[in-house]
Amino acid sequence: MSSPLALVFIGASVLFILGIKFLSSPKTARLGNLVAAGGMLVALLALHKPEGGSVWLSGWNTNFTLIIVGIIVGLGIGALGAYSVKMTAMPQMVALFNGLGGGAAALVGGLEFMHGTHGGLPAFIAGAMLFATLIGSLSFSGSAIAYLKLEGKFEKPFTFPGQNFVNGLILLAILTLCGWLTFNSTGSIAVAILAVVAVLALIFGVAMVMPIGGADMPVVISLLNSFTGLAVAADGFAINNLAMIVAGTLVGSSGTLLTLLMCKAMNRPVTNVLFGAFGSGSSAKGGG
Amino acid sequence: MDTNVLFIFILSVFVGFEVISKVPSMLHTPLMSGTNAIHGIILFGGILVLAGADSLLVQVLGFVAVVFGSANVFGGFMVTDRMLQMFRKKKSQ
Repeated sequence: MSSPLALVFIGASVLFILGIKFLSSPKTARLGNLVAAGGMLVALLALHKPEGGSVWLSGWNTNFTLIIVGIIVGLGIGALGAYSVKMTAMPQMVALFNGLGGGAAALVGGLEFMHGTHGGLPAFIAGAMLFATLIGSLSFSGSAIAYLKLEGKFEKPFTFPGQNFVNGLILLAILTLCGWLTFNSTGSIAVAILAVVAVLALIFGVAMVMPIGGADMPVVISLLNSFTGLAVAADGFAINNLAMIVAGTLVGSSGTLLTLLMCKAMNRPVTNVLFGAFGSGSSAKGGG
Repeated sequence: MDTNVLFIFILSVFVGFEVISKVPSMLHTPLMSGTNAIHGIILFGGILVLAGADSLLVQVLGFVAVVFGSANVFGGFMVTDRMLQMFRKKKSQ
């Protein structure tokens, strides 16, 4: 990275940090959001391809048209969602946007992995891509369930005997396959197994959120928010983009602390919120 | 691998923890929403994947990633702003 470009990304990172900092104080919260948005705009305009050259000045082709159309479509969806949602339904909207971010992180990780299967990938890079695919998919489906629960669909915790065992089995399968893929990232077999991992992660996201009551969804969304942040950071490692690493990691760590603070505000340990429905049997109530 | 990147990662972890350590509980949801918008930076990943797309499958899925990321980042900042606008009105009453 050339030094003027590095300075731009350092500036954007500072704006992200200041934005989050301002967001955590009532007087400056609204400014904080604008500061973070400003950082995003600066970083977006300065976006360069990994091999060098600005994305925006690289010449007009089909892919470039798709990028512009995609951004406009996303902007439309985002604006429509943000301005049409009722004041009481804001957390649902956050869940939806978080899910979309998770889905994007999974797609970026998965597609980069697929691209890498032609020649094989270093274990660290493959691992980062797999992590993004796995966590992003989990966040995507988990956020969808959180959204539905907040909308009043199957609000009650959904549990069945042996649920822990089944969930553990799914997780074990995911980790085993990812472990294998990390060191065997060549050929179409790797792509097929990656698809299996993504599907299992989608199922695990559903299985993770279903047992949790509707009233605890804000905590779950906060947790999934920090997960998506980490997935984005992993994608940043995979495609060597510093802005993504910094922004994703900031969200990952501040989101983790925020999740803990939210639980503390409710006077409940985080394990109780996430696994409260287990083991308590029929005494588990919807929580609200 | 470049160890500088790992260095930046570790420092970011601590900064993330530190900057929000004093957040009052009424700002929990707006803060969650604001950081949610920041991870919309995944849009960059979508753009870079789509810019290098060499098959129809990558074009289609890359396009979906760009749409998702764009909705995440723009919608995220807008919904946070609306949330905080509501806050100010409540306080002035």
